Amino acid sequence: MNWISNYVRPKINSLFSRRDTPENLWTKCPECGSMLFHRELADNLNVCTNCDHHMAITPRKRFEALFDGGIFSEVKVPDPITDPLHFRDQKKYPDRMKSAQKSTGEKEAMLVAEGEIGRTPVVAAGQDFSFMGGSMGMYVGNAIVAAAERAVKLKRPLILFSAAGGARMQEGILSLMQMPRTTVAVEMLREANLPYIVVLTHPTTGGVTASYAMLGDVQIAEPNALICFAGPRVIEQTIREKLPEGFQRAEYLLDHGMLDRVTHRKKLREELITILRMMMKLPPAVAGDLPKPAEEDAAAKAK
Amino acid sequence: MTTYLEFEKPLAEIEGKAEELRVLARQNSEMDVEKEAAALDKKAAQLLNDLYKDLTPWRKCQVARHPNRPHCKDYIDALFTEFTPLAGDRNFADDHAVMGGLARFNDQPVVVIGHEKGHDTASRIERNFGMARPEGYRKAVRLMDMADRFGLPVVSLIDTPGAYPGKGAEERGQSEAIARSTQKCLQIGVPLVSIIIGEGGSGGAVAFATGDRVAMLEHSVYSVISPEGCASILWKDAEKMREAAEALRLTAQDLKKLEVIDRIIKEPVGGAQRDRKGTVAAVGEAIATMLKELNGKSRKDLVAARRKKFLAMGSKGLGA
Ligand SMILES: [Zn+2]
Repeated sequence: MNWISNYVRPKINSLFSRRDTPENLWTKCPECGSMLFHRELADNLNVCTNCDHHMAITPRKRFEALFDGGIFSEVKVPDPITDPLHFRDQKKYPDRMKSAQKSTGEKEAMLVAEGEIGRTPVVAAGQDFSFMGGSMGMYVGNAIVAAAERAVKLKRPLILFSAAGGARMQEGILSLMQMPRTTVAVEMLREANLPYIVVLTHPTTGGVTASYAMLGDVQIAEPNALICFAGPRVIEQTIREKLPEGFQRAEYLLDHGMLDRVTHRKKLREELITILRMMMKLPPAVAGDLPKPAEEDAAAKAK
Repeated sequence: MTTYLEFEKPLAEIEGKAEELRVLARQNSEMDVEKEAAALDKKAAQLLNDLYKDLTPWRKCQVARHPNRPHCKDYIDALFTEFTPLAGDRNFADDHAVMGGLARFNDQPVVVIGHEKGHDTASRIERNFGMARPEGYRKAVRLMDMADRFGLPVVSLIDTPGAYPGKGAEERGQSEAIARSTQKCLQIGVPLVSIIIGEGGSGGAVAFATGDRVAMLEHSVYSVISPEGCASILWKDAEKMREAAEALRLTAQDLKKLEVIDRIIKEPVGGAQRDRKGTVAAVGEAIATMLKELNGKSRKDLVAARRKKFLAMGSKGLGA
């Protein structure tokens, strides 16, 4: 892969994704009520163009925008046994899984990838809130362990994008055991002296926050993301008082010393590159100042 | 006075009757009730045996929360000598929900850490019902660090409904504190043995229970969420806690099958609350055995084996 392909690929990708997204569909911003074109919203990484509200983005979409040229390869995650506890609530767990797989097109709640960002080799893991609330079960644990092992093997940093309501209750105690398991993964990176950057996105709560999502060397959050151990409703029920404005939101945590930075999604890529290149003692990234290729050229190359 | 659990009501009736008879006999010396009372005693013993032989998961939750069950302090008082509490996280406060300090176990110096729930209204409030705040976990991290530096094994006693869901606790980084405590458990180069003595409530329990050896008392529970909490989320009805307790697999017996814990410590018939001394002694024996298995191992081996143990966890389900 040379510098031309690095530059040209994003154009191709955006051409493809433009085709995927119907032009005439609208999404209403849940924050400001603006009606946004799907395409416009996708181009803006699901951030409202009017009020900057950060909506959920799938790991796949995020990685397409994150990695150079939208190119990444998936890191294989070992399959855990399905439904280890034979869990039944009002629905069977395997049925819940199947419907989540059908609605998301993904296998599970975490995607692990390797590739380059700003020509900095990295491993990245992204949690998918649209898949059963991103909940942490055996698969997510396996994914984080696989990501750490891959990063150690390739001597690369790991970037982890968290998004989860918490543990996967349908895996009971085994979901709880992902707290120590994923912490072992963090220890592997630590021992190998490799940077571990956590990007907390809305929402990151429960056991996920109380393990790998709070153990990064650098902790970055997206604006207004809810980040907590106990949720605001539980707390209000316990202490019987109204919580302050912005409680447990990214900016509130930053103020209370729990985060390093709160960064807009559109600026995240540049920031990650800058930080990682320093931590890896690499020279500063060179801003790609190339002339814009004509769109027809890019389209022709795609064929 | 015995505190009866809801499912023990029939037992309460029989034991109450026997007691009544004996009181009557004491007041009236001509009455001979011993035969009748003894028959009731026998009936009660049989019923107790039957009730506890096969406790449902929800009943186990109730037993695990029984107010007369021995708590952390009871174990420390009975099993350890020279217990010297060490307080504070050197940062904000001392959390009374977490006990910790230096002590000797069978003469061997150790660090002991545990959740304490309290035994009456005043001590329960002081101990915050065993629900730790970030300071509790940070105190534990400090003590584990010290144990590591001076080569002292760590014994942790787990008994908590969960970490405290409060405003200040969240502002001061509850999740980070729990994560660091779990991380410390995985880092120390000294033996770490953990015993779930009552409730192992979620992340607040994991923070101390990421040990080389994890044991559970026979009727204790260890779960990702309380059955009530799980019921209200998945069944949208907190009253479905029986079903939730069943589904969650939170009993010592299921956890042993899943290889999440290493050993079950037998409780006296009728649960720990009926024979506190016997329970404490059984826990003492288990601690001694587990420490013996680990004493003398090198730092490197301990850390490596601990990591391996947790990484392997979950590779086995309950089976068909
Ligand atoms: Zn908006």
